[in-house]
Amino acid sequence: MEKYRIDQSKGLEFGIYTLGDHLPDPLTGERVSAEERIHEIIDYAKLADQAGIDFFSVGESHQEFFATQAHAVVLSAIAQATKNIKISSSSTIISTSDPVRVYENFATLDLISRGRAEIVAGRASRVGLFDLLGYNLRDYEELFEEKFELLMKINEEEVVNWDGEFRAPLKNAKVLPRPKNGSLPIWRAVGGSPASAIRAGYAGVPMYMAHLGGPASVFKRTIDAYREAATQKGFDTSELPVSTAGFFYAADSSQQALKDMYPHINEGMKRTNGQGFPKQHFAQGVDPHNVMNIGSPQEIIEKILYQHELFGNQRYIAQIDFGGMPMDKLKKNIEIIGTEILPAIKKYTVNK
Amino acid sequence: MKIVGLSGSKVGSKTRTAMNYTVNAMREKYPTIEVTLIDLAQYDVQFSDGRNYLEYEGDTRYVVQTIMEADAIIIGTPIFQASIPATLKNVFDLLPVNAFRDKVVSMFVTAGSPKHYLIVEQQLKPILVYMKAQIVQTFVFIEEKDFYRKEITNDDVLFRIDRLVEDTVVLTETYTNIREAKEAEYDF
Repeated sequence: MEKYRIDQSKGLEFGIYTLGDHLPDPLTGERVSAEERIHEIIDYAKLADQAGIDFFSVGESHQEFFATQAHAVVLSAIAQATKNIKISSSSTIISTSDPVRVYENFATLDLISRGRAEIVAGRASRVGLFDLLGYNLRDYEELFEEKFELLMKINEEEVVNWDGEFRAPLKNAKVLPRPKNGSLPIWRAVGGSPASAIRAGYAGVPMYMAHLGGPASVFKRTIDAYREAATQKGFDTSELPVSTAGFFYAADSSQQALKDMYPHINEGMKRTNGQGFPKQHFAQGVDPHNVMNIGSPQEIIEKILYQHELFGNQRYIAQIDFGGMPMDKLKKNIEIIGTEILPAIKKYTVNK
Repeated sequence: MKIVGLSGSKVGSKTRTAMNYTVNAMREKYPTIEVTLIDLAQYDVQFSDGRNYLEYEGDTRYVVQTIMEADAIIIGTPIFQASIPATLKNVFDLLPVNAFRDKVVSMFVTAGSPKHYLIVEQQLKPILVYMKAQIVQTFVFIEEKDFYRKEITNDDVLFRIDRLVEDTVVLTETYTNIREAKEAEYDF
């Protein structure tokens, strides 16, 4: 786990992520400017850092209603504005990027942040960026696999010799600068289905599993499939961290949490995905065994601990800001995390 | 309420003839309902390549978006090679898995042979169920002999279509009311 800068004796890591969505607040119908939204995200990271939260990450989406296409640049500003918090992408779409440039960016980010940068590499849930950046959608799978492999190789070897289908070959290439401690933690993003998790397991790399809603036990199957595949290929799963990522909202009561969050999720998903989130499914989100961490602080603590016991995950990251969630509610959530949720989670998971 | 009449084939005229009658019956009986007729023969719809429906452009985007915004869909389809036409199946493939959640879908079929009666039951309905449609159980089966020079000449078929129109609207209103009452109970 050391390679991935995870010290399990310090307990379960707790992080926050944003997709970088730029949506109107459904309650007011107003949307802040892209400038304002980017500054909100930087402030959000600053608050998370001050609250003692372990990790903060920003996503890359090349479509309408998003503002952090240049996520590495946003992360760079976050690096400068924060002190202790780990910073990462969630995720970098490696399929449509040059791994050399991605590595240069994130190694630099690691130096700016004095050793706090990580990469989560994914292959995009939406495909508009293939047209935008000049890639063929038919190569969806191969682009990801090849470029991910190259990214890993650059991370492990200072002098790279490589050739592949989608990029010019590299001959005795030095990819510089190198990260502070020689290498970066690189994770593979998985969308919750066992098939995708198995591929991460075969590659023997840490897994970032995003989940919407539903029983936690369903996602346990994905994690099991990942570990089984890794074991099959001879990797030691006790050295491979797993992170889970999903919706989070804390309020005085679970009813209040549902009320505060639902319009943002429902309207936001309508705009970005074309379909809302059914109320019936959302209402089940407060069930102790549902993977969505929505409820009162105490309920959320119990849910996160239950999921930790079930999954054996090393990190959980929370998505709170989706769908134009106003800054005052984000602040309130960070305060609750910092004063109530984080101390409790650490208390129960430290030195386990 | 928004209702789409989807004429599912590029071949022939019988499905479109029956769809014209259906849409006119709907407009006459329910003038406040917004009815849109989509005849796939008039659009250049691309094959599904797996992207989110919002990412298609042109005719493809128009067709999928109009369907996604509807409260109910009346599908009219011929039978080709003992199945639904590829044009219609492609529309299903373009849509998300839960595309028909909170929508009512009703059907009529124009078939060359009465031997194809069960094709709707065995091939079309399972797709609609998978995509979460509330189905109007009774569909209208129309044969070649029921048409004469682009008109339906069999009163039984006309009566059945009138009932299909009414059932589609009644069920859409009913399910909408039930859903709204249920959602109000959640109090969030």
